[in-house]
Amino acid sequence: MAAVIGQPLKRREDPRLITGSATYTDDVRLPGMLQAAFVRSPHAPARIRSVDASAARALPGVVGIFTHEDLADFWKAPLPCAWGAYPLLKNPAHWPLAKGVARHVGDPVAIVVADSRAAVHDAIQQVRVDYEPLPAVVDLDAAVAPGSPRVHEDLADNISFTFDHKTDGVDAAFARADHVVRRRLRQQRLVPNAIEPRAVVADYRRADGQLTVWAATQIPHLLKIFSSGLLGLPEQRVRVIAPEVGGGFGSKLQVYPEDIATMAAAIHLGRPVRWTMDRREEFTSTHHGREGVMDVEAAFTRGGEMTAMRVNWLSDMGAYNMLNGPFVPILGFLVLPGPYRNRELEAHIKGVFTNKTPTDAYRGAGRPEATYLLERLMDLAAAELGLDPVDVRRRNLIRHDEIPFTTATGMTYDAGDYHATLDLALKAIDYAGLRREQASRRQAGGKLLGVGFSTYVEACGLAPSRATSSSAYGAHLYESALVRVQQSGAVTVITGSSPHGQGHETTLSQIVADRMGIPVDSVEVLHGDTQNTPIGLGTYGSRSLVVGGQAVVQACTRVQDKMRLIAAHKLECRPEDVAFGDGRLFVQGAPTRGVAFAEIAATANLGSHAGMPEGMEPGLEATAYFSPENFSFPAGTHVCVAEVDPETGRVRIRRYLAVDDVGVVVNPLIAEGQVHGGVVQAIAQALFEDLPYDADGQPLGASLMEYAVPTSMDVPDIESAFFVTPSPSNAIGAKGIGETGTIAGTPAVVNAVIDALAHLGVRDIDMPLTPPRVWRAIREAGTGGSSRPFAESGEGGRSA
Amino acid sequence: MIPPAFEYVRAASVDEALAHLAKYGDDARLLAGGHSLLPLMRLRLAAPRVLVDIGRIRELAYVRAEGGELAIGALTTHHAVEQAAAVATAARALADAASVLGDPQVRNRGTIGGELAHADPAADYGAVVLALGGTVTAAGRGGRRTVAIDDWVRGPFTTALQPGEILLEYRAPAAAAREGSVYRKFARRASDYGMVGVAVRLGLGADGRCTSARIALSCVSDQPVRAQAAEAALAGRAPEGDAVREAAAVVLQGVRVADDPFCPADYRTHLAQVETARAIAEAAARARAA
Ligand SMILES: Cc1cc2nc3c(=O)[nH]c(=O)nc-3n(C[C@H](O)[C@H](O)[C@H](O)COP(=O)(O)OP(=O)(O)OC[C@H]3O[C@@H](n4cnc5c(N)ncnc54)[C@H](O)[C@@H]3O)c2cc1C
Repeated sequence: MAAVIGQPLKRREDPRLITGSATYTDDVRLPGMLQAAFVRSPHAPARIRSVDASAARALPGVVGIFTHEDLADFWKAPLPCAWGAYPLLKNPAHWPLAKGVARHVGDPVAIVVADSRAAVHDAIQQVRVDYEPLPAVVDLDAAVAPGSPRVHEDLADNISFTFDHKTDGVDAAFARADHVVRRRLRQQRLVPNAIEPRAVVADYRRADGQLTVWAATQIPHLLKIFSSGLLGLPEQRVRVIAPEVGGGFGSKLQVYPEDIATMAAAIHLGRPVRWTMDRREEFTSTHHGREGVMDVEAAFTRGGEMTAMRVNWLSDMGAYNMLNGPFVPILGFLVLPGPYRNRELEAHIKGVFTNKTPTDAYRGAGRPEATYLLERLMDLAAAELGLDPVDVRRRNLIRHDEIPFTTATGMTYDAGDYHATLDLALKAIDYAGLRREQASRRQAGGKLLGVGFSTYVEACGLAPSRATSSSAYGAHLYESALVRVQQSGAVTVITGSSPHGQGHETTLSQIVADRMGIPVDSVEVLHGDTQNTPIGLGTYGSRSLVVGGQAVVQACTRVQDKMRLIAAHKLECRPEDVAFGDGRLFVQGAPTRGVAFAEIAATANLGSHAGMPEGMEPGLEATAYFSPENFSFPAGTHVCVAEVDPETGRVRIRRYLAVDDVGVVVNPLIAEGQVHGGVVQAIAQALFEDLPYDADGQPLGASLMEYAVPTSMDVPDIESAFFVTPSPSNAIGAKGIGETGTIAGTPAVVNAVIDALAHLGVRDIDMPLTPPRVWRAIREAGTGGSSRPFAESGEGGRSA
Repeated sequence: MIPPAFEYVRAASVDEALAHLAKYGDDARLLAGGHSLLPLMRLRLAAPRVLVDIGRIRELAYVRAEGGELAIGALTTHHAVEQAAAVATAARALADAASVLGDPQVRNRGTIGGELAHADPAADYGAVVLALGGTVTAAGRGGRRTVAIDDWVRGPFTTALQPGEILLEYRAPAAAAREGSVYRKFARRASDYGMVGVAVRLGLGADGRCTSARIALSCVSDQPVRAQAAEAALAGRAPEGDAVREAAAVVLQGVRVADDPFCPADYRTHLAQVETARAIAEAAARARAA
């Protein structure tokens, strides 16, 4: 039988998805179901003086309108933050509906329930809220300055948390430095925009107190656990089902105000209630990603070796700490050393409250920010020291023979060959040829050419208990699987992870088929219903294969061990001599002595005395949990070749190459798809997307018309190549693929654009690199003007 | 994104549509492709009580070359404009615009009549029809009338159309020998409204000098603008070198240039100049080949 691992099998999920026959949360129809919608604050902070719902209540079809005060008896606790145990975290209460003060545009103030979607949308317009606008906290520097208005009046300042880390040799390294690169780097605010809007259906049965929830979520079990706690319902009376979920990117790794408010309304009314988000609401009520400023300085030798780095990072939490919001920059911190040898690091991270939509994990979660910082630094050091950016990277990249390598943040890189991926990428793009073309284009005038690199390493497979415990994170991020061999020999796998577009059903089937020596088609994969899946922590952090896949392997192994005993009994051999293959169990070395897989399955499931060893329990099923010992560390090199029209500032990506070491690739088709999607989101951050706010806390361009999610026409063909060093963190050898694109890609694109303009003196452009910004950077470089805070360059030897 | 309730009536003919408009007055709005009106209703920025659907009046969907003119019926979709051979030869700029307007779904539903009646300052046809010249024909209870294209748009989202009237047709003078037109759109993303749209129509004499020049822009201000100073800069000169540079430099002279966080006015002005120069060069190349 041909190896199933490594086969580019088509996703078995796709036929139902692309023919529209799959069931998403919004497709759920229950008898008597009502529709909910939210009255949201149009102001960034405003005191809610009064809510007058009389006109709305009088409209036909309106069933109820509830504010915080109306539902306060239903929620027993504020919304959760998983990092609550961190002693330096301040976690002001975040209620499902604003209590007294609305803190950002879009903060839900009331939930309206009516018998149709049309009626509920008419009604929310008629709810009259008397707001008293308050001064807004928007800018991060201003937010942490003394005397700033406060987002939470009961706190002394706008600092959500502080996190500090310093290795012993930092100051000495700066004192010795030949050159110090200093910069302020900005991460703009991104809106996740999963294709399926958020949605929840809550059905409460008064007769027995059973709450059933369908939700567009990445974390059905966590949503169940938190919902039962928040609503004070017995855990066994809450069931959460994640049916088909259309994308998340972290935005559905959340316990949202709307989820709990909808459940509370359903309990209160004793009728099923559905809420489906409008696309417009995505821009103010789904958590955002990334925004922050990083002041960084890095010490270099003349030859380009980084010897120390200092980072002051203000990370925008928005108005509240969400489930993982404060942990996002910490995840970034873990990979601040990158694939580089430097072990001296000083980092000061502050989570900052502002009157903006809260932030939390968005594809990459902290690690794109860290990688952007490092990869911009590498290019800046090269430019300021007069070196080639590739040489600077080579100088700093950890060598294969130095691995395992423990970094300044305590990560132990366990497998990888960073130089090898760089070599592969360079060979594929003909670097020397590109540099020649760049020079001749600069001579000729017209479009300019730039090459940008990103050599990265990330920490995936969230997360080893060691890491979560030491950082006061509230849960160990294990994963679970149940493997059941049915009586015909068909295999059911039930995973605790929760796919929302990643193709788990295909990939996990391949793993089981490979282990058990059976056809892929005889394996089914189920997920997403807390009633019949083992407790699992969901899908995010590139963990479903690395952590969840390993749980599947372990459960398989247990079932196979039992099957071996039965086969040995039948074949009269030793169990350890039984092998699996071609749908059979046979004696190793004597393949003709064997028995069909299906026969063992039947024997065990029928509990047939004849075939089973004396005293053995019937059934063929095992559940396993896997809590990883280490992260996995995908790494690689991304290269972007960009053309810039210096007259208009327009950037066109001519070529994009990703060389990723994600360990063993189970399904290259799916893996490439993940690279493509991730790289597109990286390009989106680098060139297109941004949700800025004005000084009053109003988001600018909060719709898909203005918020520029790129289309297929705006992005290049993406070349993906894999280089394999197996991860020792799991038996599959996989490292995780879901986030490499956004983690590696953004700086590669930015570096390419700035490289194209380097001869004009352009060193920095804040993201997104839109035509107006690129044009302005060229113009200001040309006139000697500058928008750069640390524009002085080159004179080494400064130390802080 | 759910519109308020409305009534819906379908008109089978222009007369029937006019009768509905007369009956419902200000409460009624015509519905053509719906690609401007329905989004406004879904955002509750428009709340007509009655929609009079003219989308099935097939006799208003046509493209005809008639005696040196190109006539396009109001219900001709952008896709049909893009595909029509008569448009490609007689008014190439219009085909250029139709091919970059929105996305295929928008082009399959949206109509030239809706686009011209809606008069969105960012609409692509706005610049093109100004540069091509010609007339718009409208019908009302009192009969038909024709409006010169320069008098059509009266302000943002405002046209010469009177209440109760229906736009029937746009008519452009067809390109003659050694005449060429072009529309260039600069947008952030494929399928976006433009940051700048420039339409140029040039006629060249045997000596290569401009015998006529019309230049107009979309997306730069609160309504499409004719760039008469730029046209004057080209008059009687060959469209190259200094002439083009001088024309481009004054292309937004006197215009209050739109300013927004994603496209500041100074950049938009610069971009309009760059795109104008490029458009003139392309129109000239087409004129030479025609
Ligand atoms: C996603 C999207 C992207 C788009 N991108 C672009 C773009 O890049 N460039 C661009 O130019 N446009 C764009 N559009 C707008 C599109 O071109 C519309 O189709 C067009 O503006 C309106 O045409 P319609 O037939 O859809 O008109 P409708 O939406 O049906 O009507 C628009 C208005 O015109 C009135 N009206 C319609 N027909 C007549 C008539 N015959 N007589 C009198 N009044 C009439 C209606 O009452 C209404 O007030 C986009 C639209 C969408 C939805």
